Amino acid sequence: MNIISYIGQKTINFFEEFGEISRLFGRTIAYVKDIGKDRSLLLKQMEHIGTGSLPLVIIVGFFTGMVSSWQAAYQFKGLISNGFIGSAVSRAIFIELGPVLTAIVIAGRVGASIAAELGTMKVTEQIDALESLGISPIRYLSTPRVIAAMVMMPILTIFANAIALIGAFAVANFFLDITGKVFFDSVQRLFHLKDVFGGIFKSIFFGTVTALIGVHVGLRTTGGAEGVGLSCIRAFVISAAMILILDYTLWTIIF
Amino acid sequence: MIEINELRKSFDAQQVLRGVSFSIADGETVAIIGQSGCGKSVLLKHIIGLLQPDSGSVVVDGHNIATASEEQIYALRRKIGFLFQSAALFDSMTVFENIVLGLWEHGEREEAKLRHIAEEKLSMVGLRGILDQKPASLSGGMRKRVGLARALAMNPKYLFYDEPTTGLDPVTSDQIDDLILSVTKQYQATNLIITHDMFTVQRIAKRVIFLSNGLVYFDGTPQELENSIDPIVQQFIERFGKR
Repeated sequence: MNIISYIGQKTINFFEEFGEISRLFGRTIAYVKDIGKDRSLLLKQMEHIGTGSLPLVIIVGFFTGMVSSWQAAYQFKGLISNGFIGSAVSRAIFIELGPVLTAIVIAGRVGASIAAELGTMKVTEQIDALESLGISPIRYLSTPRVIAAMVMMPILTIFANAIALIGAFAVANFFLDITGKVFFDSVQRLFHLKDVFGGIFKSIFFGTVTALIGVHVGLRTTGGAEGVGLSCIRAFVISAAMILILDYTLWTIIF
Repeated sequence: MIEINELRKSFDAQQVLRGVSFSIADGETVAIIGQSGCGKSVLLKHIIGLLQPDSGSVVVDGHNIATASEEQIYALRRKIGFLFQSAALFDSMTVFENIVLGLWEHGEREEAKLRHIAEEKLSMVGLRGILDQKPASLSGGMRKRVGLARALAMNPKYLFYDEPTTGLDPVTSDQIDDLILSVTKQYQATNLIITHDMFTVQRIAKRVIFLSNGLVYFDGTPQELENSIDPIVQQFIERFGKR
């Protein structure tokens, strides 16, 4: 009986939280009309989420590309010519590795930092102070962050894709003796624009959900410094799980 | 005018407000006192619409907070200056940005005018030359003063103080009391002070509401409170009458 009531309670909590996040999303989008007035807030967040994440995205992209080449060569060994590495690796990067790994890295960097910043503001009454000045925290804090993530995540994904391709080519060229012509001919041979756009389309959802969960968790923070720490972990765990669930769902729709 | 009728609020199983009723006329200076956890701050948060009542009503200037739209509540809050217990300054902003944020957000974009207002409000609370500092570099007393300058920036009709002297030493507490007195004289605002500091009550308030067990236990002048022979009131005065 205890297990049943535990599962029941957890299920209710899940749907309650899902409802709250959906409501937050609706309220966040409702304030998009004011984004012109809040462009300085938006630009600041775009810089933080986009430009600030570039070094990390470059490192992740480059190493992902390099390891993909090794992986492909390992799996092709004795079966398929290494001349196909370019097409195999590029499709994996465009469809899955670029968007998903970028999103998970951003969930760790940006989602957790949004939760920490808003969580600290919550426990130090700064959110209440905003409200008392007649400023909606949703308009002032949530909308710029969610829109910035929605816009910057696809741009970061494009960067990650390009850097990963360079990393894959570097390994193919230096260690697997594949020339540039062979590698990029192979990329081109099985290139589908849908792969690239599908991955970028997914990244819009990943960016939105990462920022939204960061805001939601941050605004629900209680319990001082410990609470802020827990919120960071929570924001990352929920975002990462949601990215993978969304990835699967969107795959079935797009491809 | 603020009218509170049969206000009830619970958090999980804990009933914090059990039917609080009173009204505050325009221009009054009222202190709400009571032991920690008696619901003083919860009451204040209902008045500015940060919390919704389980039952009962809070009516400010004719608007019922429970049924007002989000726009109406935000419009109402622009008439209210709020000094938080922790000052609640935005730590990512300078003192200047903290003071003028409300004005900026509600349409005043002229930098020179904003700077003039910020300097004026800051000098009103006895500070100068710190407009470009971050809150982290200020002492507790200075943070409260900046918090008060921010509360005054929009020339509010209502001024709410949440535990203005809590956590401050006796000398700084006296200075904050002086400041509130001077602001009360300069502004014809309605003042509501949440405190358990009897010195603040005696010096500033014209009326005292004592909350106990989620209800209004006493409502009268500070003198009547002082003269009360009720053992609960006496116990409170003895406990919190010292700094």
